[in-house]
Amino acid sequence: MSSRERILGRVRRALADVPPEQMPYEQAVPRDYLREHGERSVEQTVDLLAENLADYRAIVHRCTPADLAATIAGMLAARGAKTVLVPPGLESEWLAATDAERVADRAESTPDELDRIDSVVTACAVAVAETGTIVLDGSPDQGRRRITLVPDHHICVVRVPEQVVSSVPQALERLDPVRPLTWISGPSATSDIELDRVEGVHGPRTLEVVLVGD
Amino acid sequence: MSGTFVGMPAFPKAAHEAVHDTTLRGNLRHATHMIRGKREKAVAEVSDWAELREAGKQIKDHTLRHLDRYLVQLEESVTAAGGTVHWAADADEANEIVAQLVKMTGESEVVKVKSMATQEIGLNEALEAEGIRAYETDLAELIVQLGKDRPSHILVPAIHRNRGEIRDIFRNEMSEWGRPAPEGLTDTPAELAEAARLHLREKFLRAKVGISGANFMVAETGTLVVVESEGNGRMCLTLPETLISVVGIEKIVPTWQDLEVFLQTLPRSSTAERMNPYTSTWTGTTDADGPQNFHLVLLDNGRTDTLADEVGRQALRCIRCSACLNVCPVYERAGGHAYGSVYPGPIGAILSPQLRGVTSEIDASLPYASSLCGACYEVCPVAIDIPEVLVHLRERVVQGGQVTSNGNKVVLKPAKGHAAERAAMRAARWAFSHPGALRTGQLLASRTRRLHPRTLPGPGKAWSGTRDLPAVPAEPFRDWWQRTQGGKGGTK
Repeated sequence: MSSRERILGRVRRALADVPPEQMPYEQAVPRDYLREHGERSVEQTVDLLAENLADYRAIVHRCTPADLAATIAGMLAARGAKTVLVPPGLESEWLAATDAERVADRAESTPDELDRIDSVVTACAVAVAETGTIVLDGSPDQGRRRITLVPDHHICVVRVPEQVVSSVPQALERLDPVRPLTWISGPSATSDIELDRVEGVHGPRTLEVVLVGD
Repeated sequence: MSGTFVGMPAFPKAAHEAVHDTTLRGNLRHATHMIRGKREKAVAEVSDWAELREAGKQIKDHTLRHLDRYLVQLEESVTAAGGTVHWAADADEANEIVAQLVKMTGESEVVKVKSMATQEIGLNEALEAEGIRAYETDLAELIVQLGKDRPSHILVPAIHRNRGEIRDIFRNEMSEWGRPAPEGLTDTPAELAEAARLHLREKFLRAKVGISGANFMVAETGTLVVVESEGNGRMCLTLPETLISVVGIEKIVPTWQDLEVFLQTLPRSSTAERMNPYTSTWTGTTDADGPQNFHLVLLDNGRTDTLADEVGRQALRCIRCSACLNVCPVYERAGGHAYGSVYPGPIGAILSPQLRGVTSEIDASLPYASSLCGACYEVCPVAIDIPEVLVHLRERVVQGGQVTSNGNKVVLKPAKGHAAERAAMRAARWAFSHPGALRTGQLLASRTRRLHPRTLPGPGKAWSGTRDLPAVPAEPFRDWWQRTQGGKGGTK
């Protein structure tokens, strides 16, 4: 007997006491919890996102689409970034104003090569206001997972208000589970020393989020 | 200290030694009290906590009741998404599968995401025996591994270490494993985190094989979820060419939507955050992004035996948040090592004896490692009634009875150490059903009250070692009642 059959057999014997006609999944799980917490206007939801991002030490900027290129250029310059990693589908205007050298992400780029690049700029798939979270789904304007992981400085552009949802349930509705997702809530951190949160371990130690909208 | 839990003494002995360690008690008190307050705040932010908790409980219960169906569904969806599914009935089989998979890549080192399942099966030691070195990359796991120590907490395995001890471990041990600690390393948490970053970076960048567990597996989509803080998880899940995930069969949820419950309750319960810094989800393999070989090892190792117990099976709802450890007065004082398992604290006291059986000394003592205060049940985000299971397991230890072990129904003998307790209970039953004898006994006890010892002799010694014997009144209640006609004739 294979281990598969053995385990499934054990599960079935273990459940011998469970009556066969059970409620279907849809009825078995009460979903009395809220779809979002509190009532907010669209502007308030965006404000909450900014507040919660900042609470977990992300640096938040707000600008209009017309100012976006200059804002990004300013952030890269302030950081002293000489090179910036660019996902294949990033809108080219976003980097129109920077002097930093643009490095395209290529399939054959090694982790060591990525490690030598100063910054990375991406879009996002959705942002969650209640938790201060941005979610990347590997779309062309966000690129492969590794490009937002190895460089030490990540600039993420969120289009507001259209990419912002209030809550985790609303975010999951918008996301495609087939895509590899990365949920990011502030820069890399740890609670492993005396259960106190310290920012800055393996992921990018500086996370800057630009909320762009009119 | 050795890095294994094999041959651990029973809880009372280990705890007795631990409570005399003032550094340990100080470290634990500091950490658990800090996280308690923060957790309360994080939970209070969501007004529907009770509903989320109930939904989490029901999702898990429903899944467990139909676990066979969901396992098969998960296997299909993971396979369809490009992954390979393996089944491991016990620790040895899981270790063998993983070692074989690593050998097939030709690599002799792997990077690991923190995972309870691989701790449970002793994967690192098994790989070491096969000539494969496993590097722990979670900061706390790294502290434990470098210190040749054992984990003492589910979320923060090095919670028993303070910053000064961590600095010393880094200074003395890092050079053995790779890049040494920076010169002049101090004990500020930020510097310690930086030292870990530098030490592990070269390992991440060259790693070809990553090993992880998973917090959740979604049956309908085949998606795995890892919730973490540091980014070491992301490193291990995305940079290597091969990813092997070892996951307990109880980690399944039926649908993608179910994550909306747990992604709200888990971070708030464990690190007291609205959301942990990083959550990764992946479904099989993705072209040109992340590992191109993905293996999922589904682990039983006592879980189906636990599932067979109608009362005890609720322990399988556990999402390993560790909130129950942080509020437990026994854990706070005894520390995690006394529990003799990778699962310490209240959840460990019900999980370890079920996964391993109650035949060893340590496992038979674990159901007693509690004051039954119920704080663990109150904070549990999936409403596991830990006190109920503890009492149930105590009954099993004392009385024996039918249990499932390795899939077979066996009858357990009553534990030896409880013979005196059973004899006392039998005597009590006889006395209470023979009123004359009870009356004579009570009278006798009253008359001899001045001669009563303060502690019990013989087998009762351990019991009275931590308790005062009740003082016997000068006159038994029944005599008083008769003499005073139920108090009507005055209270004297």
